[in-house]
Amino acid sequence: MSFADWIADGRNWAFVVLAVPVAFSGFRVVTSRNVVHAALFLVATLAGSAALFLLLSAEFVAWALVLVYIGAVVVLFLFGIMITRAPMGQETALDHDRRWPAIVAALSVFGLMAWSSVAAFEDQVVKMPGEATSTEVLGEALLGRYVIPFEIVSFVLLAALIGGITLARRDLSPAEEEEEAA
Amino acid sequence: MIVSQFLVLAALLFAFGVYGLLARRNAVMVLLSIELMLNAVNINLVAFEAFIRDSLASGQVFAIFVITVAAAEVGIGLAIVLMIFRNRTSANVDELDLMRW
Repeated sequence: MSFADWIADGRNWAFVVLAVPVAFSGFRVVTSRNVVHAALFLVATLAGSAALFLLLSAEFVAWALVLVYIGAVVVLFLFGIMITRAPMGQETALDHDRRWPAIVAALSVFGLMAWSSVAAFEDQVVKMPGEATSTEVLGEALLGRYVIPFEIVSFVLLAALIGGITLARRDLSPAEEEEEAA
Repeated sequence: MIVSQFLVLAALLFAFGVYGLLARRNAVMVLLSIELMLNAVNINLVAFEAFIRDSLASGQVFAIFVITVAAAEVGIGLAIVLMIFRNRTSANVDELDLMRW
């Protein structure tokens, strides 16, 4: 597929419009000096990814991403930032002093992954179906073929719930317990 | 749309996640970088699902599993960070050298 063919497709314009902000806000997540800004840039990245999922006709996953990530996970992050009193303003000590090894590692990861996926798939086209994957298909797959992983994942969530409560609650000392009882 | 454009974008996001994981000191920021990497994996899974189109929608099902496990991971991770912060009044990963030889 030549570049002229690629650019003639309107969906590729939509992809570029979405991918550039996603990549930029992803970059800002790891470079922002302000913790709250980093969390909000993560929201932008995730919202852009959800829009990409809509482009790929994965509607249910897109809305699950919006609900679970933007609705719950990022709020949890903001709670964590506020409770640990992570430096809220401009802060230089958020990063290590030695960034070069991290930059080298990130560049090699990107180079390797991008090169190998382009070498493997070259310009194979995503065949677009007429309609989006229906939630019915997903639900039947989840409760049919994938029912055991589905139940295990729900068990993982239960374990995380109990573990989170156990870790985060403050154990009272015996003296405090007597005070509570009194 | 070609499948490689999604894979390259996901690789880029994953590389940002790797950079953040290695360069950040604050444990909450390290968790944010991990979320970025998991999101890159989700983009790959959904792109492959759109590319292969199997009847079970496996890519999307696994993306949902990844989202679920990521939510559990953040809950536990933040609880641990909170615990460390309470005991050591710092959430910087390079100051947690108690078990370093």
